[in-house]
Amino acid sequence: MVTDGATARIPGPDIQRMVTWVRANLFSTWYNAVITIVLMYVLISALVGLAGWVAQAQGWPAAFTNMKLILAWTYPNDQIWRPQIAVLFVAALLGLSAGVWRGVVQLVAIGAALTAGILAVPAIGLPEFAGMVGLPSWLALATSVALLLLGIPIGRRAGGWLRWVLIVAWITAYPIVILIVRGGIGLPVVETKLWGGLMLTLLLAISGIVLSFPIGVALALGRRSRLPIIRIFCVAYIELIRGVPLVTVLYMGSLLLPLFLPGGESVDQFVRAMVAVTLFSAAYLAENVRGGLQALPAGQTEAARALGLNVVQTTFLITLPQALRAIVPLLVGQSIGLFKDTSLVVIVGLIDLLGAAQNVVGQPDWLGTPGGVWRETFLVIAALYWIFSFTMSRVSKRIEDSFAKSRH
Amino acid sequence: MASGIPRISPSSSIPFYRDTRIIAVLVQIVFAIAVMAGCWVLYQNMIAGLARANLLPTFDFLNVPASFPIAESVIPYDPSMSYWQAFVVGLLNTARVALIGIVLATILGIILGIFRLSSNWLLSNVAMAYVEIIRNVPLLLQLIFWFYLTKMFPRVQESIAIGDAVFLHNRGVTLAWPEPTASFASWIWWLVGALLVAVAIYTVRQIQFRRRDRPGVAIPYAILGWMVIAGVGYVLTTILTGTAPAVLVFPELQRFNFIGGATVTASFAALVVGLVIYTAVYIGEIVRSGILAVSKGQREAARALGLTQGQALRLVIFPQALRIMIPPMTSQYLNLTKNSSLAVAIAYPDLFYIANTINNQTGQAVPVIVMLMVSYLSASLFTSLLMNWYNRRIQLVER
Repeated sequence: MVTDGATARIPGPDIQRMVTWVRANLFSTWYNAVITIVLMYVLISALVGLAGWVAQAQGWPAAFTNMKLILAWTYPNDQIWRPQIAVLFVAALLGLSAGVWRGVVQLVAIGAALTAGILAVPAIGLPEFAGMVGLPSWLALATSVALLLLGIPIGRRAGGWLRWVLIVAWITAYPIVILIVRGGIGLPVVETKLWGGLMLTLLLAISGIVLSFPIGVALALGRRSRLPIIRIFCVAYIELIRGVPLVTVLYMGSLLLPLFLPGGESVDQFVRAMVAVTLFSAAYLAENVRGGLQALPAGQTEAARALGLNVVQTTFLITLPQALRAIVPLLVGQSIGLFKDTSLVVIVGLIDLLGAAQNVVGQPDWLGTPGGVWRETFLVIAALYWIFSFTMSRVSKRIEDSFAKSRH
Repeated sequence: MASGIPRISPSSSIPFYRDTRIIAVLVQIVFAIAVMAGCWVLYQNMIAGLARANLLPTFDFLNVPASFPIAESVIPYDPSMSYWQAFVVGLLNTARVALIGIVLATILGIILGIFRLSSNWLLSNVAMAYVEIIRNVPLLLQLIFWFYLTKMFPRVQESIAIGDAVFLHNRGVTLAWPEPTASFASWIWWLVGALLVAVAIYTVRQIQFRRRDRPGVAIPYAILGWMVIAGVGYVLTTILTGTAPAVLVFPELQRFNFIGGATVTASFAALVVGLVIYTAVYIGEIVRSGILAVSKGQREAARALGLTQGQALRLVIFPQALRIMIPPMTSQYLNLTKNSSLAVAIAYPDLFYIANTINNQTGQAVPVIVMLMVSYLSASLFTSLLMNWYNRRIQLVER
């Protein structure tokens, strides 16, 4: 922004500086002046119209009285503490890791804390779910913010042993989370049929990213392999998946998976969707990893080989770690994409955040509301989606900037 | 690499299981066998399962009458036609929405990209707010939002009019549309002539550029030439025959329906609007970063050589930006085509919607999925080939 630098040097009272800024940025030429005035008019009338509508719209109770359905669908109210514990567990892990590794991890942790913090504010006004066992939503969110932020100084001060504990904890985190949410080993089982809403959206997106990671890395390495059969297989897989829409892959997962496996009829819809999302995400992840590997200077491989490392050691100790570090912003971007894309599972009959909202809109209770409640309800869940994606995209941007800075 | 270094012949002292060449072959053989065995097991499971359900995959069903209606179609269709014809209808409906979507999204995207680069603070920030809002909300939610909005439209008799040209009602959207008149036949010759002139202009400019060893894009001159000839022809035909060869027909509300103009269904309108608004964001970002990626030195050098601002933009910045923009643009076009499959959620009979219906009726999941995937993959392949060809041309012009 050239103008910012120029205005900073102008002496004189603030008002003069403001006038200069306005003249330079809003009224520099006659057509800029016209654009500014027209746009101001449009913008102000749009905002006034929107504010008027928000104030008189009668559909807001639909989303708020059904917040339980939107957040966790039919997950039993007396078990709500379990997903909450899972969230707090991950928050604590992320907070401590941020203290230990700092840098990128810290940016992610702060982004997560920000998201939870923003969500906690409207959550204060939520009515309590009937028969709920667990923290009120706002308190659960506030606690995770606290865990995320307190973890940083604790992790920073703790000894090197914490590093190893955290590594083990992260490796086992995904199965632990699924165990807490689904049950078994002493906890009553909550069938995946009962899962839904925001919880399902998040679980699907996280499953997709976590499970597709090893597959994607393997595919990327295979695509760069010198062995033609392996390379051809990987290229074919990646291009096949990238050439078709996610809906088709979900459709395949939902129709073909039960056919492929003996007794596959018993595989529930959630697992089918999870497999499809994982297979889909792996192809895109592979291309990102390949980009990271290609961007590495050839000298890295050559130096590693010259030092006597073999191909496997070179890949896992030298090239892959550097490539993965370089593509962290891309991976965050891909996670956002997957988070939004999981909304497509509505088409194969799962009830995710969007599905829950559609269900709320269709409830007979709101038939009497003039114009229906769809605008209010969809706006609420759009805001939910937006807060998650926007904060994570900011995190991705920050990571990119910090990389750019460290390169100089 | 190994020249000059004394090397032990592998055959003499290295055992075969440590020879990397042999290991490579073995690994590949094992891998191939594993993949094939895996596929075979899955295939056997599938065949066994389908045989039990008496649904062995065949393509025979394609000739059976589809017996389901399709709300809109580019080609004539009725339920007595075969499943294959129904599938083709879906294919064409997808192509229709993708083509219209690509054109409109490109136009809106370019406008958006330019707005974001505007020196007007308000304009560039409004454009940025648009980008940030649209990009962070799932496309499916947006499509469903637009679809619900179309359900709010009133009956035809009480249509919401936007000017005289666009009418929104519960059967869809009626637009003013150009229609040929009696003198259209004589104008056609002007159009053909204009096309020939355009080709000639293109070729001549191309030769000129090459002879002067000067970069340039010839297409705009050709388009301009075509438009001038076609325009002159339009005016002359109007004067000579007394009627304009084609006129914009504004829809007129009769008792029960509109006369004149073109009507599209609500689903189609919602799908196009949603896809265009969403994809334009990404195209706008590509345009913006493409223009920004051309280094400032290029612009300054062009100005120093005496080119005007417009010439610098046209001859130096834009050709280079275009080259950067084409690969990501291609993938956005493909994304739009693939995203059009979300039509199934708002009942627009696209490829996926029809395939889903066929599967529901016949239970032939495997052939239907194969047809579906082949269609999308060939669309992807065709677009990439076309874009790669264009990309190569642009790069030639560049040098």
